[in-house]
Amino acid sequence: MSRIAVIVVAVLALLGSAGRAASAQNSKPVNEQTVYEIAAHLRCVVCQSLSVADSPSEMATQMRAIIRERLAAGESPDAVQRYFVQRYGEWILLSPPRRGFNLLVWLLPLVAVAAGLAIVAILIARWTRRARGAAEPVVVDAAMSERIRREVERGS
Amino acid sequence: MKRLWRWLIPLAAVPVLALLAYGFRVSPRDIPSPLVGRPAPAFTLATLEGAPLGLETHRGKVVVVNFWASWCYPACYEEAPVLERNWRGYRERGVVVLGVDIQDKREAAQKFVGDFGLTFPVAQDLKGTVSVDYGVYGVPETFFLDRQGRIRVKHVGAVTDDVFRTTVDRLLAEASPQ
Repeated sequence: MSRIAVIVVAVLALLGSAGRAASAQNSKPVNEQTVYEIAAHLRCVVCQSLSVADSPSEMATQMRAIIRERLAAGESPDAVQRYFVQRYGEWILLSPPRRGFNLLVWLLPLVAVAAGLAIVAILIARWTRRARGAAEPVVVDAAMSERIRREVERGS
Repeated sequence: MKRLWRWLIPLAAVPVLALLAYGFRVSPRDIPSPLVGRPAPAFTLATLEGAPLGLETHRGKVVVVNFWASWCYPACYEEAPVLERNWRGYRERGVVVLGVDIQDKREAAQKFVGDFGLTFPVAQDLKGTVSVDYGVYGVPETFFLDRQGRIRVKHVGAVTDDVFRTTVDRLLAEASPQ
């Protein structure tokens, strides 16, 4: 009885290792650069303002392993990113996709810079106009030059 | 014209202040899970004793999946007795509590289970695949599944008696699948 059990276990172990070897052959070689690029776009969920690529936390390490595993199973980088978005929502993406309401995030800084430049341009135009006005020569008529001459003589 | 300009500059600060006031009031931890309303991801893990623990075997029951860790003090320590108490109170009525221990050491997890005398099945998610499948970003997080196996409520933070009872009672009151 126990011998049968031993044989069964041995056969199962052999089958198991054979299966593992087969699956290892099926898995595609994974480019670490691709893993890094996917991880760099994902927010580390247990950190403040860090990507999964940059965080040394265990959660991020596990996420990188999951990315690697999914790529090895033949998933495209886009599909791997979609998987994370499905689970965590768009929140997990460090840069929000450029569509819909999110466009506001991309456009508002440009609008602000344009408005700022416009204000600066208006102010500069106004200031230079005033400065030019101030620098205009004072018209001195005959009566005025007579008065200046008199006052200078009196002073000496 | 000049008077208008004098008012325009402080007025421009109003939307910025409003945005900041809104931003500082919302907790960045409250992120709505896209999984609520969707079928709960299936998983099979091994319990601390080595028995298989799968979601599939509990189809048709109201399932409470609780993600925790022994290092998660105090929230996980607060909710452990709550989960145990309610598991005992509800198990006869078709409710299952499953504990998933994440990012933890086996010995620490065993000590935690022993210290609190937890009797509901607890498994370790060693590779983090189940945690990511459920979109977990911290512990404790608890998912309440209806009898159809859909995630109905995601609770972030320690589960209280009140949260457990109101949620589970609501799910139990729903018609069971044919």
